[in-house]
Amino acid sequence: MLTFTIRRLLLSIPTLLLISLVIFGLLQLAPGDPMAQVPLTVPPDVKEKMRAALGLGEAWYIQYWKWLVQFFWIEPQVLIDHWFGTSFAEGKQRVLSWQTRSPVMDIVYQRIPQTLWVVGLAYIVGILIAIPIGIYSAYRHYSVFDQAGTFITMVGFSIPPFFTGPLLIVIFSVYLGWLPSIYDTLHVVNDWASFKVQFMQMIMPVMVLALQTTAQISRYMRGAMLDNLNQDYVRTARAKGLKEATVVMVHVVRNSMIPVVTVIALGMPAIFGGAIITENVFKVNGIGQLLLTWLFANDIPGVLTLTFIFAILIVLFNLIADILYGLLDPRIRYD
Amino acid sequence: MTETSDIETFGALQDKEPQKPPRSQWRDVWDQFRKHKGAVFGGGFLLFITLAVLLGPYLWDLDAKKLDIRNKDWRPIWTLIWDGEAKAGWAHPFGTDQLGRDILSQMLAGGRVSMAVGWFAMVLALVIGTAVGVAAGYFKRADFWLMRFTDLVLSLPLLPLVLLAVTLFRQPLNSFFGGPEAGMFVLIVSVIGLTSWMQTARIVRGDILALKEREFILAARSIGTTPGKIIRRHLLPNVISPIMVSATLGLATAIITESALSFLGVGFPSDYPTWGKLLADAVPRMQEYPERVLLPGIAISLTVLGVNYLGDGLRDALDPRIRGR
Repeated sequence: MLTFTIRRLLLSIPTLLLISLVIFGLLQLAPGDPMAQVPLTVPPDVKEKMRAALGLGEAWYIQYWKWLVQFFWIEPQVLIDHWFGTSFAEGKQRVLSWQTRSPVMDIVYQRIPQTLWVVGLAYIVGILIAIPIGIYSAYRHYSVFDQAGTFITMVGFSIPPFFTGPLLIVIFSVYLGWLPSIYDTLHVVNDWASFKVQFMQMIMPVMVLALQTTAQISRYMRGAMLDNLNQDYVRTARAKGLKEATVVMVHVVRNSMIPVVTVIALGMPAIFGGAIITENVFKVNGIGQLLLTWLFANDIPGVLTLTFIFAILIVLFNLIADILYGLLDPRIRYD
Repeated sequence: MTETSDIETFGALQDKEPQKPPRSQWRDVWDQFRKHKGAVFGGGFLLFITLAVLLGPYLWDLDAKKLDIRNKDWRPIWTLIWDGEAKAGWAHPFGTDQLGRDILSQMLAGGRVSMAVGWFAMVLALVIGTAVGVAAGYFKRADFWLMRFTDLVLSLPLLPLVLLAVTLFRQPLNSFFGGPEAGMFVLIVSVIGLTSWMQTARIVRGDILALKEREFILAARSIGTTPGKIIRRHLLPNVISPIMVSATLGLATAIITESALSFLGVGFPSDYPTWGKLLADAVPRMQEYPERVLLPGIAISLTVLGVNYLGDGLRDALDPRIRGR
C-alpha cells in the first residue's frame, strides 16, 4: 500500500506539470491583450515598459518557468513563513495578480474560508441526506418510497443550479421574505442572534448545492446496497438469527459504503468547480466567484494559478479515492 | 412401456416447427423499453421539444428579435385567470419582454439553439470518445498512451477551462466565421465536445477489450479480415448500446453546460436567444415577472429530465440480462 501511494504521488508530479502546461498554453494562445484597456494616449515606449513590468516581455518558456518557480518554490516558503514566523521568502517575487497587483495566493487565502463553509457544508449535508435515502430505497426496492426517491434524484440531476437558485430566491426571499437572497461574507458570528443570521443566509446556497450531491450519492448508495443485499453473506447473517437492523446496518451498509466513499472523494473537487455558478447566484465571494472576476478582467496569473489549484484538488482527490478503495476493500491489492 | 418411450425419444429428436416467427433483437429492445414508463415519457417529451423547436417557428412566425416597444412587458395569457386587468392576450400567449419581443418565439428560437448545441456537441463527443476507445481497446500499442491521455483530460478542471476557452477565443473565431453567432456556435460546440468524450472512451475501451478475445473475432481474423473491417463490421455493432446510453448522458450535460455558459454571460451574444440566456436576462427582474425565469428554466429542466429518463430506459432495454424479465 505504501509503495503504491508513493508511486502514485510520484506519478502525479508529471501529470500536474502537464496540466499546468496545458492551462498555460491555452492562456498563451488566447489573443486577449492585457494592455487593451490602457488609453491610446499612452506612448508606445511607456506601454513597452508596462508590458515588461507585467512580465510579458519574455519568451513563453521563461514566463512558464518563472511561474513554476514562484508557485512551487516561493509560495510554499511564504506559507511556512506565515505559519512559523520565519523569513525564507523575504524579498522574493511572488505570483502577482494583474488586477490588484497583490499576491494571488493572498487573495485566494482570503476567499477560501467562504467557499469551504458554503460548499463543504453543502457536501456534508448532501451526503447525510443521501445515504439514508439510498439505504431505505434499496431495502424497500420498488416500493413507493423507492419510486419517489428515484424520481427526486432524477429531478435533482436534471434541474441546473442556475435555475434552482433564482427559483428559491423568488420563493423564499421575495414572496415569503424568510431568507436573505445575498450571502453576507462580512457577517461575524459572535452570539446566538448572529449565528441565526448566518444560519439563515446559508440555507439556500447550501441546499442548492446539496440537492446535486444528494441526487448523485443516493443513486450510488442505492445501487451498491442492491448489489450487496442479494449476497450470500446476508443470508448467512440472517440464518444466524441476527436482528434485521444488525444485518442491514452493520453487514450490508458497511460493505456498500466502499464504492460510495470513493465516489464521495471523487466528487469533492467537482463540487469546487460546480460551485462557480451557485456562488455567482447567491453572491458568495468564494474562489469560484473569484475565478469569474479574474477571467473577465483578463488577469492571466490569477486565472492560471486558480485553475491549477482546481487541478491539484482533482489529482489529489483521485489519489485519495484510490487509496481509500484499497484500504477499505481487502479484495483490492495494488502491489 | 418401452414402446411409448421409444416414440417419445423419436419425437424429441424431430425438428419442431417454431411456434411463432422469430423476433428481431430491436423488437425485444422496443418491448422492454415500452415497459419503462418514465423512459417513454422522456423520449416522447424529447421528441415533442425537438419537433416544437424545429417546426414551431413556422407555425408561430413572429420574429424573436423584433422589437415592439409599445407592447412591452405583457404578462402570459394565464395571468388573466386571476387578474382580469393584466396586460395579456392571445397576440403574445407567453407575454413579451422589456423590449417587447415575443417570449414564445424567443423560447422557440432559443430552444433551437440550445438543442442544436446539445446535439452537435454530443455527436462530437461520441465520435471522439468512440474513436479513442476503439483505438485504445483494439490496438495494444496505442492503449497505454491513449488511456494516459484520457486520464490527463479527466483530471483537468473542466468547467473553469470551458469558461476560459469561451472567454478568450471569442473574438478571433467571430471574425473567422463571419458573425458572432456562427463563431460562438462552433466554439461552444467544440469546447463542450472536446471536454466530455472521456467517459465514452473508457466504456467503449472496456467493452472492446472484452469483445476482442471472443471467438467470432478470432474467426474473422482467421479468414483474413483487415482490422478496419473487423472494427466496423464486428466490434462497433456490439458496442452500440453503451454508446447510445452515453449519448443520452452527453446530450443532457451539453444542454446544461451551454445554458450555464449563457447564464454566466460568456455564451452567445446578448440579442441571440438561448434558454440559458433568456433565464439569465430575466433574473434581475424576476420579482415582477417570475414567468420569464420559470419558462426557460422549466424548458431546460424538463428536457434534461426527459433525456435522463430516456437514458435510464435505454440502459435497461439494451441490457440483455435485464431484458425479458
